[in-house]
Amino acid sequence: MQYLLLIYQREAELNGWTDADKAAFYEAYGPFTQGIVKSGHMRAGAGLQPIATATTVRVRDGKTLTTDGPFAETKEQLAGFYLIEAKDIDEAIAIAAKIPSARFGSVEVRPTIAGH
Amino acid sequence: MDVERLYRADYGRILATLIRLLGDFDLAEEALQDAFAAALEQWPGEGEPASPRAWIVSTARHKAIDRLRHRTRFEDKRAALETLATLEESPVSSDPIESVVTDERLRLVFTCCHPSLAVDAQIALTLRSLCGLSTDEIARAFLVSVPTMAQRLVRAKQKIRDARIPYRIPPDEQLPERLEAVLRTVYLVFNEGYAATSGDTVVRRELTAEAIRLGRVLSELMPDRTEARALLALMLLHDARREARISANGEPVPLEEQDHRRWDRAQIQEGLTLVKSALRDGGAGFYALQAAIVAVHAEAECAENTDWRQITRLYDLLAERHSSPVVELNRAAAVAMADGPARGLELLDALESRGGLADYYLLPAARADLLRRLGRWEEAAATYRRALPLVANEPERRFLERRLAEVESKSRLARG
Repeated sequence: MQYLLLIYQREAELNGWTDADKAAFYEAYGPFTQGIVKSGHMRAGAGLQPIATATTVRVRDGKTLTTDGPFAETKEQLAGFYLIEAKDIDEAIAIAAKIPSARFGSVEVRPTIAGH
Repeated sequence: MDVERLYRADYGRILATLIRLLGDFDLAEEALQDAFAAALEQWPGEGEPASPRAWIVSTARHKAIDRLRHRTRFEDKRAALETLATLEESPVSSDPIESVVTDERLRLVFTCCHPSLAVDAQIALTLRSLCGLSTDEIARAFLVSVPTMAQRLVRAKQKIRDARIPYRIPPDEQLPERLEAVLRTVYLVFNEGYAATSGDTVVRRELTAEAIRLGRVLSELMPDRTEARALLALMLLHDARREARISANGEPVPLEEQDHRRWDRAQIQEGLTLVKSALRDGGAGFYALQAAIVAVHAEAECAENTDWRQITRLYDLLAERHSSPVVELNRAAAVAMADGPARGLELLDALESRGGLADYYLLPAARADLLRRLGRWEEAAATYRRALPLVANEPERRFLERRLAEVESKSRLARG
Protein backbone atom coordinates (compact mmCIF):
# COMPACT_ATOMS: atom_id res chain seq x y z
CA MET A 1 0.00 0.00 0.00
CA GLN A 2 1.23 3.50 -0.76
CA TYR A 3 1.34 6.32 1.75
CA LEU A 4 2.11 9.97 1.16
CA LEU A 5 4.21 11.49 3.92
CA LEU A 6 3.58 15.24 3.99
CA ILE A 7 6.25 17.18 5.82
CA TYR A 8 5.18 20.34 7.61
CA GLN A 9 7.47 22.74 9.38
CA ARG A 10 7.67 26.37 10.43
CA GLU A 11 9.53 28.35 7.83
CA ALA A 12 9.88 31.26 10.24
CA GLU A 13 11.55 29.01 12.79
CA LEU A 14 13.93 27.55 10.24
CA ASN A 15 14.85 31.05 9.01
CA GLY A 16 16.05 31.87 12.49
CA TRP A 17 18.61 29.07 12.52
CA THR A 18 22.35 29.55 12.01
CA ASP A 19 23.81 28.45 8.66
CA ALA A 20 25.65 25.62 10.40
CA ASP A 21 22.43 24.32 11.97
CA LYS A 22 20.61 24.54 8.65
CA ALA A 23 23.40 22.67 6.87
CA ALA A 24 23.40 19.90 9.49
CA PHE A 25 19.61 19.63 9.21
CA TYR A 26 19.57 19.33 5.40
CA GLU A 27 22.47 16.89 5.48
CA ALA A 28 20.44 14.56 7.72
CA TYR A 29 18.02 14.09 4.81
CA GLY A 30 20.75 12.37 2.75
CA PRO A 31 21.13 9.20 4.83
CA PHE A 32 17.37 9.07 5.48
CA THR A 33 16.51 9.14 1.77
CA GLN A 34 19.27 6.67 0.86
CA GLY A 35 17.98 4.40 3.62
CA ILE A 36 14.44 4.18 2.26
CA VAL A 37 15.73 3.81 -1.32
CA LYS A 38 17.87 0.88 -0.25
CA SER A 39 15.08 -0.74 1.79
CA GLY A 40 12.74 -0.50 -1.21
CA HIS A 41 10.16 1.79 0.42
CA MET A 42 10.83 4.93 -1.62
CA ARG A 43 8.56 5.70 -4.57
CA ALA A 44 9.03 9.46 -4.94
CA GLY A 45 9.85 12.54 -2.97
CA ALA A 46 10.99 16.15 -3.09
CA GLY A 47 11.68 19.12 -0.90
CA LEU A 48 9.71 22.25 -1.72
CA GLN A 49 10.82 25.85 -2.19
CA PRO A 50 9.53 28.35 0.39
CA ILE A 51 5.82 29.17 0.58
CA ALA A 52 6.55 32.59 -1.01
CA THR A 53 7.09 30.80 -4.32
CA ALA A 54 3.64 29.19 -4.27
CA THR A 55 0.73 29.92 -6.60
CA THR A 56 -2.84 28.71 -6.14
CA VAL A 57 -5.05 27.88 -9.09
CA ARG A 58 -8.83 27.51 -9.07
CA VAL A 59 -11.25 27.03 -11.95
CA ARG A 60 -14.72 28.53 -11.42
CA ASP A 61 -17.38 28.67 -14.12
CA GLY A 62 -14.73 27.70 -16.64
CA LYS A 63 -12.49 30.61 -15.65
CA THR A 64 -9.02 30.08 -14.29
CA LEU A 65 -8.30 32.13 -11.18
CA THR A 66 -4.67 32.36 -10.27
CA THR A 67 -3.59 33.84 -6.97
CA ASP A 68 -0.55 34.27 -4.85
CA GLY A 69 -0.33 32.00 -1.85
CA PRO A 70 -1.72 29.94 -0.07
CA PHE A 71 -1.90 32.52 2.68
CA ALA A 72 0.46 31.49 5.41
CA GLU A 73 -2.10 31.67 8.19
CA THR A 74 -1.25 28.21 9.41
CA LYS A 75 1.66 27.83 11.76
CA GLU A 76 3.36 25.08 9.76
CA GLN A 77 3.83 25.01 6.02
CA LEU A 78 4.16 22.10 3.60
CA ALA A 79 7.90 21.73 3.03
CA GLY A 80 8.26 18.46 1.19
CA PHE A 81 6.90 14.97 0.71
CA TYR A 82 7.76 11.32 0.22
CA LEU A 83 5.62 8.74 -1.47
CA ILE A 84 6.42 5.36 0.04
CA GLU A 85 5.34 1.75 -0.23
CA ALA A 86 4.65 0.21 3.17
CA LYS A 87 2.86 -2.93 4.28
CA ASP A 88 0.66 -1.13 6.81
CA ILE A 89 0.26 2.13 8.71
CA ASP A 90 2.67 1.04 11.45
CA GLU A 91 5.48 0.66 8.93
CA ALA A 92 4.58 4.04 7.40
CA ILE A 93 4.56 5.66 10.86
CA ALA A 94 7.97 4.15 11.69
CA ILE A 95 9.41 5.64 8.48
CA ALA A 96 7.72 9.01 9.07
CA ALA A 97 9.26 9.16 12.53
CA LYS A 98 12.74 8.97 10.99
CA ILE A 99 12.26 12.03 8.75
CA PRO A 100 14.57 14.75 10.13
CA SER A 101 11.77 17.38 10.14
CA ALA A 102 9.60 15.21 12.40
CA ARG A 103 11.79 16.31 15.29
CA PHE A 104 10.59 19.91 15.14
CA GLY A 105 7.79 19.97 12.59
CA SER A 106 5.23 17.27 11.85
CA VAL A 107 4.60 14.59 9.27
CA GLU A 108 1.11 13.74 8.06
CA VAL A 109 0.73 10.12 6.97
CA ARG A 110 -1.98 9.65 4.32
CA PRO A 111 -2.85 6.37 2.64
CA THR A 112 -3.38 6.81 -1.12
CA ILE A 113 -6.40 5.49 -2.98
CA ALA A 114 -5.34 2.20 -4.57
CA GLY A 115 -4.53 2.86 -8.23
CA HIS A 116 -4.74 0.58 -11.24
CA MET B 1 -23.28 -22.17 29.28
CA ASP B 2 -26.29 -20.40 27.76
CA VAL B 3 -26.08 -18.11 24.76
CA GLU B 4 -26.19 -14.90 26.73
CA ARG B 5 -23.44 -15.91 29.13
CA LEU B 6 -21.26 -17.13 26.30
CA TYR B 7 -21.81 -13.79 24.56
CA ARG B 8 -20.81 -11.77 27.61
CA ALA B 9 -17.81 -13.90 28.49
CA ASP B 10 -16.35 -14.71 25.10
CA TYR B 11 -17.50 -12.13 22.57
CA GLY B 12 -14.07 -10.48 22.31
CA ARG B 13 -12.22 -13.75 22.07
CA ILE B 14 -14.44 -15.19 19.35
CA LEU B 15 -14.47 -11.94 17.38
CA ALA B 16 -10.67 -11.87 17.54
CA THR B 17 -10.51 -15.39 16.09
CA LEU B 18 -12.92 -14.48 13.32
CA ILE B 19 -11.09 -11.29 12.38
CA ARG B 20 -7.94 -13.35 11.87
CA LEU B 21 -9.81 -15.99 9.86
CA LEU B 22 -11.65 -13.48 7.69
CA GLY B 23 -9.21 -10.57 7.63
CA ASP B 24 -12.16 -8.17 7.74
CA PHE B 25 -13.43 -6.43 10.88
CA ASP B 26 -16.95 -5.70 9.62
CA LEU B 27 -17.53 -9.09 8.08
CA ALA B 28 -16.35 -10.80 11.26
CA GLU B 29 -18.73 -8.74 13.35
CA GLU B 30 -21.72 -9.34 11.09
CA ALA B 31 -21.03 -13.06 10.86
CA LEU B 32 -20.66 -13.30 14.63
CA GLN B 33 -24.01 -11.56 15.15
CA ASP B 34 -25.56 -14.03 12.68
CA ALA B 35 -24.04 -16.97 14.55
CA PHE B 36 -25.31 -15.80 17.93
CA ALA B 37 -28.77 -15.23 16.42
CA ALA B 38 -28.67 -18.80 15.08
CA ALA B 39 -27.64 -20.09 18.51
CA LEU B 40 -30.58 -18.29 20.15
CA GLU B 41 -32.87 -19.96 17.63
CA GLN B 42 -31.44 -23.48 17.67
CA TRP B 43 -29.99 -24.24 21.09
CA PRO B 44 -33.21 -24.11 23.11
CA GLY B 45 -34.82 -26.75 20.84
CA GLU B 46 -31.89 -28.89 19.75
CA GLY B 47 -29.84 -28.64 22.91
CA GLU B 48 -26.50 -26.98 23.47
CA PRO B 49 -23.63 -28.29 21.33
CA ALA B 50 -20.72 -30.10 23.01
CA SER B 51 -18.35 -27.22 22.41
CA PRO B 52 -20.44 -24.02 22.30
CA ARG B 53 -17.58 -21.74 21.33
CA ALA B 54 -16.40 -23.96 18.51
CA TRP B 55 -20.02 -24.15 17.30
CA ILE B 56 -20.23 -20.34 17.22
CA VAL B 57 -16.94 -19.99 15.35
CA SER B 58 -17.76 -22.56 12.73
CA THR B 59 -21.31 -21.24 12.29
CA ALA B 60 -19.95 -17.69 11.94
CA ARG B 61 -17.50 -18.95 9.35
CA HIS B 62 -20.35 -20.39 7.30
CA LYS B 63 -22.38 -17.23 7.71
CA ALA B 64 -19.39 -15.23 6.49
CA ILE B 65 -19.09 -17.45 3.41
CA ASP B 66 -22.81 -16.88 2.73
CA ARG B 67 -22.40 -13.15 3.09
CA LEU B 68 -19.38 -13.12 0.79
CA ARG B 69 -21.28 -15.11 -1.87
CA HIS B 70 -24.09 -12.60 -1.81
CA ARG B 71 -21.95 -9.54 -2.25
CA THR B 72 -23.09 -7.89 -5.43
CA ARG B 73 -20.96 -4.82 -5.90
CA PHE B 74 -18.21 -5.61 -8.35
CA GLU B 75 -15.33 -4.16 -6.36
CA ASP B 76 -16.47 -6.11 -3.29
CA LYS B 77 -16.77 -9.26 -5.33
CA ARG B 78 -13.13 -9.47 -6.31
CA ALA B 79 -11.94 -9.17 -2.70
CA ALA B 80 -14.70 -11.55 -1.63
CA LEU B 81 -13.55 -14.21 -4.08
CA GLU B 82 -10.02 -14.06 -2.70
CA THR B 83 -11.25 -14.36 0.89
CA LEU B 84 -13.59 -17.19 -0.08
CA ALA B 85 -10.76 -19.11 -1.70
CA THR B 86 -8.59 -18.96 1.42
CA LEU B 87 -11.54 -19.62 3.71
CA GLU B 88 -12.57 -22.76 1.87
CA GLU B 89 -9.03 -24.08 1.84
CA SER B 90 -8.28 -23.43 5.51
CA PRO B 91 -9.34 -26.33 7.74
CA VAL B 92 -11.36 -25.74 10.89
CA SER B 93 -9.73 -27.39 13.87
CA SER B 94 -11.92 -29.04 16.47
CA ASP B 95 -11.54 -26.11 18.84
CA PRO B 96 -10.13 -23.23 16.89
CA ILE B 97 -10.01 -20.95 19.90
CA GLU B 98 -8.15 -22.44 22.81
CA SER B 99 -4.66 -22.64 21.36
CA VAL B 100 -4.42 -19.07 20.14
CA VAL B 101 -6.60 -17.15 22.57
CA THR B 102 -3.79 -15.12 24.06
CA ASP B 103 -2.40 -13.59 20.94
CA GLU B 104 -5.71 -12.89 19.32
CA ARG B 105 -7.32 -10.86 22.05
CA LEU B 106 -4.13 -8.86 22.42
CA ARG B 107 -4.06 -8.23 18.70
CA LEU B 108 -7.59 -6.94 18.86
CA VAL B 109 -6.77 -4.61 21.78
CA PHE B 110 -3.84 -3.11 19.92
CA THR B 111 -5.93 -2.61 16.79
CA CYS B 112 -8.82 -0.99 18.67
CA CYS B 113 -6.48 1.30 20.62
CA HIS B 114 -4.27 2.26 17.69
CA PRO B 115 -3.09 5.86 18.09
CA SER B 116 -4.17 6.61 14.51
CA LEU B 117 -7.76 6.40 15.76
CA ALA B 118 -9.33 9.25 17.73
CA VAL B 119 -9.50 8.52 21.46
CA ASP B 120 -13.34 8.53 21.37
CA ALA B 121 -13.24 5.99 18.59
CA GLN B 122 -10.70 3.83 20.44
CA ILE B 123 -12.95 3.69 23.49
CA ALA B 124 -16.09 2.90 21.49
CA LEU B 125 -14.37 0.25 19.41
CA THR B 126 -12.79 -1.41 22.44
CA LEU B 127 -16.12 -1.62 24.29
CA ARG B 128 -17.86 -2.88 21.17
CA SER B 129 -15.30 -5.43 20.03
CA LEU B 130 -13.62 -6.67 23.20
CA CYS B 131 -16.44 -6.34 25.68
CA GLY B 132 -19.30 -7.06 23.30
CA LEU B 133 -21.31 -4.03 24.44
CA SER B 134 -24.00 -3.07 21.97
CA THR B 135 -23.92 0.25 20.17
CA ASP B 136 -26.98 1.26 22.24
CA GLU B 137 -25.23 0.47 25.51
CA ILE B 138 -22.09 2.42 24.56
CA ALA B 139 -24.15 5.38 23.35
CA ARG B 140 -26.06 5.40 26.64
CA ALA B 141 -22.88 5.14 28.72
CA PHE B 142 -21.34 8.14 26.95
CA LEU B 143 -24.60 10.06 26.64
CA VAL B 144 -24.52 10.44 22.88
CA SER B 145 -27.26 9.45 20.47
CA VAL B 146 -27.26 5.94 19.01
CA PRO B 147 -26.75 7.16 15.41
CA THR B 148 -23.76 9.28 16.53
CA MET B 149 -22.17 6.30 18.24
CA ALA B 150 -22.96 4.00 15.30
CA GLN B 151 -21.31 6.46 12.94
CA ARG B 152 -18.26 6.75 15.20
CA LEU B 153 -17.86 2.97 15.08
CA VAL B 154 -18.36 2.77 11.32
CA ARG B 155 -15.76 5.48 10.73
CA ALA B 156 -13.27 3.79 13.02
CA LYS B 157 -13.66 0.49 11.17
CA GLN B 158 -13.35 2.27 7.85
CA LYS B 159 -10.11 3.82 8.96
CA ILE B 160 -8.76 0.46 10.09
CA ARG B 161 -9.44 -0.83 6.60
CA ASP B 162 -8.50 2.21 4.49
CA ALA B 163 -5.35 3.30 6.30
CA ARG B 164 -4.45 -0.35 6.86
CA ILE B 165 -4.15 -0.34 10.63
CA PRO B 166 -2.60 -3.73 11.24
CA TYR B 167 -4.15 -6.51 13.25
CA ARG B 168 -1.17 -7.60 15.31
CA ILE B 169 0.84 -7.07 18.46
CA PRO B 170 3.32 -4.25 17.85
CA PRO B 171 7.01 -5.12 17.60
CA ASP B 172 9.12 -4.67 20.74
CA GLU B 173 10.44 -1.23 19.84
CA GLN B 174 6.88 0.14 19.52
CA LEU B 175 5.35 -1.86 22.36
CA PRO B 176 5.88 0.54 25.30
CA GLU B 177 4.34 3.49 23.47
CA ARG B 178 1.47 1.47 22.08
CA LEU B 179 0.76 -0.23 25.39
CA GLU B 180 0.56 3.22 26.94
CA ALA B 181 -2.23 4.09 24.50
CA VAL B 182 -4.08 0.88 25.35
CA LEU B 183 -3.80 1.46 29.11
CA ARG B 184 -4.91 5.07 28.73
CA THR B 185 -8.02 3.97 26.85
CA VAL B 186 -8.89 1.40 29.53
CA TYR B 187 -8.33 3.98 32.25
CA LEU B 188 -10.55 6.51 30.44
CA VAL B 189 -13.33 3.92 30.33
CA PHE B 190 -12.85 3.33 34.05
CA ASN B 191 -12.82 7.03 34.88
CA GLU B 192 -15.93 7.73 32.89
CA GLY B 193 -17.63 5.01 34.93
CA TYR B 194 -16.04 5.96 38.25
CA ALA B 195 -16.47 9.71 38.13
CA ALA B 196 -19.08 10.24 35.48
CA THR B 197 -18.54 13.70 34.03
CA SER B 198 -22.23 14.11 33.31
CA GLY B 199 -25.55 12.41 33.78
CA ASP B 200 -27.73 11.46 36.72
CA THR B 201 -25.45 9.15 38.67
CA VAL B 202 -21.95 9.53 40.04
CA VAL B 203 -20.84 6.02 39.12
CA ARG B 204 -21.72 4.01 36.06
CA ARG B 205 -21.12 0.50 37.22
CA GLU B 206 -21.12 -1.12 33.79
CA LEU B 207 -18.17 0.98 32.65
CA THR B 208 -16.00 0.41 35.73
CA ALA B 209 -16.75 -3.32 35.52
CA GLU B 210 -15.78 -3.48 31.83
CA ALA B 211 -12.58 -1.51 32.46
CA ILE B 212 -11.58 -3.86 35.28
CA ARG B 213 -12.36 -6.84 33.06
CA LEU B 214 -10.10 -5.40 30.34
CA GLY B 215 -7.43 -4.65 32.94
CA ARG B 216 -7.50 -8.28 34.03
CA VAL B 217 -7.15 -9.50 30.46
CA LEU B 218 -4.19 -7.18 29.81
CA SER B 219 -2.34 -8.01 32.99
CA GLU B 220 -2.88 -11.75 32.41
CA LEU B 221 -1.80 -11.57 28.79
CA MET B 222 1.26 -9.42 29.47
CA PRO B 223 2.52 -10.59 32.86
CA ASP B 224 5.92 -8.95 32.38
CA ARG B 225 4.41 -5.48 31.88
CA THR B 226 4.25 -3.93 35.33
CA GLU B 227 2.20 -0.94 34.13
CA ALA B 228 -0.67 -3.21 33.05
CA ARG B 229 -0.65 -4.83 36.51
CA ALA B 230 -0.42 -1.43 38.21
CA LEU B 231 -3.41 -0.14 36.26
CA LEU B 232 -5.48 -3.14 37.32
CA ALA B 233 -4.43 -2.55 40.96
CA LEU B 234 -5.36 1.14 40.69
CA MET B 235 -8.81 0.38 39.30
CA LEU B 236 -9.50 -2.36 41.87
CA LEU B 237 -8.48 -0.12 44.77
CA HIS B 238 -10.59 2.82 43.57
CA ASP B 239 -13.55 0.60 42.83
CA ALA B 240 -13.33 -1.09 46.26
CA ARG B 241 -14.64 2.18 47.75
CA ARG B 242 -17.73 2.27 45.54
CA GLU B 243 -20.25 1.56 48.36
CA ALA B 244 -18.79 4.22 50.66
CA ARG B 245 -18.35 6.88 47.99
CA ILE B 246 -22.03 7.45 47.41
CA SER B 247 -24.52 8.45 50.07
CA ALA B 248 -28.02 6.99 50.37
CA ASN B 249 -29.41 9.87 48.31
CA GLY B 250 -26.85 9.34 45.54
CA GLU B 251 -24.47 12.17 46.40
CA PRO B 252 -20.69 11.75 46.46
CA VAL B 253 -19.07 11.36 49.90
CA PRO B 254 -15.62 12.96 50.20
CA LEU B 255 -12.78 10.59 51.08
CA GLU B 256 -12.26 11.95 54.60
CA GLU B 257 -15.95 11.39 55.41
CA GLN B 258 -16.18 7.84 54.06
CA ASP B 259 -16.96 4.92 56.33
CA HIS B 260 -13.96 2.65 55.79
CA ARG B 261 -15.95 -0.35 57.03
CA ARG B 262 -17.99 -0.17 53.84
CA TRP B 263 -14.94 -0.64 51.63
CA ASP B 264 -14.61 -3.97 49.85
CA ARG B 265 -11.77 -5.55 51.84
CA ALA B 266 -11.29 -8.59 49.61
CA GLN B 267 -10.91 -6.38 46.55
CA ILE B 268 -8.53 -4.07 48.44
CA GLN B 269 -6.43 -7.10 49.35
CA GLU B 270 -6.23 -8.14 45.71
CA GLY B 271 -5.30 -4.58 44.71
CA LEU B 272 -2.64 -4.30 47.41
CA THR B 273 -1.01 -7.57 46.36
CA LEU B 274 -0.91 -6.41 42.75
CA VAL B 275 0.47 -2.95 43.49
CA LYS B 276 3.17 -4.36 45.75
CA SER B 277 4.25 -6.85 43.11
CA ALA B 278 4.27 -4.13 40.44
CA LEU B 279 6.44 -1.87 42.61
CA ARG B 280 8.74 -4.78 43.51
CA ASP B 281 9.21 -5.61 39.82
CA GLY B 282 10.44 -2.09 39.22
CA GLY B 283 7.29 -0.34 38.08
CA ALA B 284 7.15 3.21 39.41
CA GLY B 285 5.28 4.64 36.46
CA PHE B 286 2.13 6.70 36.21
CA TYR B 287 -0.28 3.97 37.28
CA ALA B 288 1.97 2.33 39.87
CA LEU B 289 2.48 5.61 41.74
CA GLN B 290 -1.23 6.40 41.68
CA ALA B 291 -2.04 2.87 42.82
CA ALA B 292 0.48 3.26 45.65
CA ILE B 293 -1.32 6.44 46.76
CA VAL B 294 -4.72 4.74 46.76
CA ALA B 295 -3.11 1.81 48.58
CA VAL B 296 -2.01 4.09 51.45
CA HIS B 297 -5.63 5.29 51.75
CA ALA B 298 -6.90 1.73 51.62
CA GLU B 299 -4.58 0.57 54.37
CA ALA B 300 -5.91 3.15 56.83
CA GLU B 301 -8.55 1.73 59.14
CA CYS B 302 -10.30 5.07 59.38
CA ALA B 303 -9.85 8.46 57.73
CA GLU B 304 -7.98 9.96 60.73
CA ASN B 305 -5.32 7.24 60.53
CA THR B 306 -4.43 8.04 56.92
CA ASP B 307 -0.69 8.51 56.44
CA TRP B 308 -0.88 11.87 54.63
CA ARG B 309 2.92 12.38 54.78
CA GLN B 310 3.45 9.21 52.78
CA ILE B 311 0.73 10.25 50.35
CA THR B 312 2.34 13.67 49.89
CA ARG B 313 5.72 12.04 49.18
CA LEU B 314 4.12 9.83 46.54
CA TYR B 315 2.42 12.86 44.97
CA ASP B 316 5.79 14.63 44.87
CA LEU B 317 7.19 11.72 42.85
CA LEU B 318 4.15 11.67 40.61
CA ALA B 319 4.35 15.44 40.00
CA GLU B 320 8.07 15.14 39.27
CA ARG B 321 7.67 12.40 36.67
CA HIS B 322 4.19 12.90 35.28
CA SER B 323 3.30 16.49 35.96
CA SER B 324 -0.18 17.59 34.91
CA PRO B 325 -2.68 20.11 36.29
CA VAL B 326 -4.85 17.27 37.65
CA VAL B 327 -1.87 15.73 39.47
CA GLU B 328 -1.04 19.18 40.90
CA LEU B 329 -4.62 19.62 42.06
CA ASN B 330 -4.61 16.29 43.88
CA ARG B 331 -1.19 17.00 45.34
CA ALA B 332 -2.49 20.29 46.76
CA ALA B 333 -5.41 18.42 48.38
CA ALA B 334 -2.99 15.92 49.98
CA VAL B 335 -0.69 18.70 51.21
CA ALA B 336 -3.73 20.41 52.73
CA MET B 337 -4.37 17.25 54.74
CA ALA B 338 -0.73 16.82 55.77
CA ASP B 339 0.28 20.44 56.42
CA GLY B 340 -3.02 22.24 56.82
CA PRO B 341 -5.50 23.92 54.43
CA ALA B 342 -3.48 27.17 54.21
CA ARG B 343 -0.53 25.39 52.61
CA GLY B 344 -2.87 23.58 50.20
CA LEU B 345 -4.44 26.89 49.26
CA GLU B 346 -1.03 28.32 48.32
CA LEU B 347 -0.49 25.45 45.90
CA LEU B 348 -3.95 25.95 44.38
CA ASP B 349 -3.19 29.67 43.95
CA ALA B 350 -0.01 28.78 42.09
CA LEU B 351 -1.89 26.31 39.89
CA GLU B 352 -4.63 28.82 39.13
CA SER B 353 -2.17 31.58 38.29
CA ARG B 354 -0.58 29.27 35.72
CA GLY B 355 -4.01 29.09 34.10
CA GLY B 356 -4.36 25.31 34.35
CA LEU B 357 -7.81 23.68 34.56
CA ALA B 358 -9.68 26.89 33.79
CA ASP B 359 -13.06 25.22 33.15
CA TYR B 360 -12.66 22.27 35.48
CA TYR B 361 -15.14 22.50 38.37
CA LEU B 362 -12.91 20.49 40.71
CA LEU B 363 -10.41 23.37 40.97
CA PRO B 364 -12.86 25.92 42.45
CA ALA B 365 -14.56 23.07 44.35
CA ALA B 366 -11.24 22.07 45.99
CA ARG B 367 -10.47 25.70 46.73
CA ALA B 368 -13.89 26.30 48.27
CA ASP B 369 -13.42 23.22 50.45
CA LEU B 370 -10.10 24.54 51.83
CA LEU B 371 -11.61 27.98 52.49
CA ARG B 372 -14.49 26.24 54.28
CA ARG B 373 -12.02 24.32 56.45
CA LEU B 374 -10.23 27.58 57.24
CA GLY B 375 -13.55 29.11 58.34
CA ARG B 376 -13.38 31.76 55.62
CA TRP B 377 -17.12 31.36 55.00
CA GLU B 378 -17.83 34.22 52.63
CA GLU B 379 -14.92 33.45 50.33
CA ALA B 380 -15.88 29.77 50.44
CA ALA B 381 -19.46 30.62 49.43
CA ALA B 382 -18.28 32.81 46.55
CA THR B 383 -15.99 30.02 45.33
CA TYR B 384 -18.74 27.35 45.53
CA ARG B 385 -20.87 29.68 43.41
CA ARG B 386 -18.05 29.84 40.88
CA ALA B 387 -17.80 26.03 40.73
CA LEU B 388 -21.52 25.33 40.30
CA PRO B 389 -22.02 26.43 36.68
CA LEU B 390 -19.10 24.19 35.65
CA VAL B 391 -20.61 20.92 36.97
CA ALA B 392 -22.45 18.69 34.52
CA ASN B 393 -23.05 15.78 36.89
CA GLU B 394 -26.33 16.10 38.79
CA PRO B 395 -25.41 14.47 42.17
CA GLU B 396 -22.09 16.38 42.24
CA ARG B 397 -24.04 19.59 41.78
CA ARG B 398 -26.40 18.72 44.65
CA PHE B 399 -23.39 18.00 46.86
CA LEU B 400 -21.83 21.39 46.08
CA GLU B 401 -25.17 23.14 46.58
CA ARG B 402 -25.48 21.55 50.02
CA ARG B 403 -21.95 22.69 50.93
CA LEU B 404 -22.77 26.17 49.64
CA ALA B 405 -25.90 26.32 51.85
CA GLU B 406 -23.77 25.22 54.83
CA VAL B 407 -21.14 27.92 54.41
CA GLU B 408 -23.79 30.56 53.69
CA SER B 409 -25.52 29.83 56.99
CA LYS B 410 -22.16 29.83 58.85
CA SER B 411 -21.34 33.13 57.20
CA ARG B 412 -24.69 34.62 58.36
CA LEU B 413 -24.04 33.30 61.90
CA ALA B 414 -20.54 34.79 61.91
CA ARG B 415 -21.93 38.20 60.94
CA GLY B 416 -24.45 37.76 63.72
